[in-house]
Amino acid sequence: MTTTEIPPQPAQEHVAPQADHADMAQSWVQRIASLRAWLFLAALVIGFEAWARIAFNGTFILNPFNLQSIAIFAVAPLLLATGQTFVIISGGIDLSVGFIMGLAAVVAAHVINAAGALMPLPMAVLLGALVAVLVAGIPGLVNGLLISRLRVPPFIGTLGMFGVARGVAFLLAGGTVVPVSNNPFFSALGNGRIFNVPHIVIITAVFVLLMHYLLSQTRFGQHNYAIGANPQAARRAGINIKGHLTRLYVLSGLCAGLAGVLYSARFNAGAAQAGEPLLLDSVAAVVIGGASLFGGSGTILGTVAGAFVIAVIQYGLVFVNVEPFWQFISVGVVIIISVLIDQAQRRFSGGRVDE
Amino acid sequence: MSEPLSREPLLEVRNLSKNFGAVQALSDFSMVVQPGEVVALAGDNGAGKTTLIKAISGVYRPSAGEIRLRGEPVHFSTPQEAREKGIETIYQDLALADNLSIGANIFLGREPMTRAFGFLPVLDRKKMADAARQTMALLDFHVSRMNAPVSNFSGGQRQAVAIGRAVYWNAQILIMDEPTAALGVPEQRKVISLIHQLKAQGRGVIFISHNLQDIFAVSDRIIVLRRGVQAGERKISETTHDEVVKLMVGG
Repeated sequence: MTTTEIPPQPAQEHVAPQADHADMAQSWVQRIASLRAWLFLAALVIGFEAWARIAFNGTFILNPFNLQSIAIFAVAPLLLATGQTFVIISGGIDLSVGFIMGLAAVVAAHVINAAGALMPLPMAVLLGALVAVLVAGIPGLVNGLLISRLRVPPFIGTLGMFGVARGVAFLLAGGTVVPVSNNPFFSALGNGRIFNVPHIVIITAVFVLLMHYLLSQTRFGQHNYAIGANPQAARRAGINIKGHLTRLYVLSGLCAGLAGVLYSARFNAGAAQAGEPLLLDSVAAVVIGGASLFGGSGTILGTVAGAFVIAVIQYGLVFVNVEPFWQFISVGVVIIISVLIDQAQRRFSGGRVDE
Repeated sequence: MSEPLSREPLLEVRNLSKNFGAVQALSDFSMVVQPGEVVALAGDNGAGKTTLIKAISGVYRPSAGEIRLRGEPVHFSTPQEAREKGIETIYQDLALADNLSIGANIFLGREPMTRAFGFLPVLDRKKMADAARQTMALLDFHVSRMNAPVSNFSGGQRQAVAIGRAVYWNAQILIMDEPTAALGVPEQRKVISLIHQLKAQGRGVIFISHNLQDIFAVSDRIIVLRRGVQAGERKISETTHDEVVKLMVGG
């Protein structure tokens, strides 16, 4: 039947080695690009350390108090950025995370106050945290349904929810800050430490590790990458895209909810504007961490580095006594450099990715 | 019922029609594909090739007629159902997730899981890579870096990945829509050799192309469509480019 078995052979031997060469170079560029957030972080730490030693003969990074402060700085942006990483990899964006966080902070404060009268205080804290995180899932669910079922572009759908969550949070807070009264367990949760590591940092670390597992080791994570790269391919492969997108935005809401609870624990109060400045930080952390805003790439570990780059810049500039407004400039410059690296890498890895 | 004498065809399309409102896209079309046979579909744009393959692969429901797989009538309401019965379409635009490895693409949507530390469910990347290596070797295709994203590979290699996915899931009939259209000459040759491999494995291939050279290089038979009807069917060994072109334009 098959009379032409011979011609294939030379053709293959011709093609394979060429491609493998290109492979090697590309993989190096990709590897370096994927590490860029950690390189930024290392450079920043070394820079501030040198500055501290030269300018006031002290140390920046070897000081446990500084380390703690940086970690606490990083908690809320990192949690928002964790959900944002999933969303951005899928090719979307979630603009509502900041006010979902504020909503959760207010709900946590209210519920803990109300429940404190009815049950043991630790129980009230647990209940408040749970309710707040679940409530944060509601705007996430609406985002998900708008985007997956009604095909609203993520930018617009979550922008709408940004406004709704903001309004609801301020209404629930009565336009002011909601203090948590008479619950020492809550402020212990927010300000206590184990072996000098703040509780909220431990909780965040465990949660982020869990999310790293979800993204890198499960079908949910795998489908998230596939949808971001080629939604049509994902659909043809039988992946339920609508269901996935819905769960995805709920997940982002839950991440913001946890950030809100930890915020209100730290300040022993809920505030609607808790996450207001953090939306841009969350997107910046993801982008600095190596994700592409076109979707399809990014990692949680990269985002962790991205969040710490921002925290180190913010804290470090205060530490070396520079006017705080330089923060905005430095973070902005890092974001732009990051995106330039991303684009250079795309151009290098072949003409195929030509968005 | 009365023809057990002939070899049972892998796929048989009988008197298939499809209309979209008043537009008759395909009328009373019949064809068979035998195991190990490559059947080319040719025809001008709008001749009904795409309608035909979409009906076979479960995207469209035929308005009339039937499709039989190994003698058994089948009705597909989704492409998934067709795929489960072993009919796989390799689309022109490949339908690969560029950022994932070959193995991850083969298993996309049905990823194998294993347990880390005895309890934690994780993706079984080793199984995916092993399956990818074996499948690609079956297609006589060798890459050293199995965990590289498929965006690193050339057009022909990516085509091989798409075919490899179909082969791994045991597709018996592969429908290939212009598989060589976007490729350079050496890559086209590679795809042609892949089709020879599939044929040697006893699978049926329906091959759509505008390139008569490719059709003559790889097919056993050619069926020409014109305005939704069969304009002619020839064995490749008994026809010429000129005759096929005449059938296509209706000379």
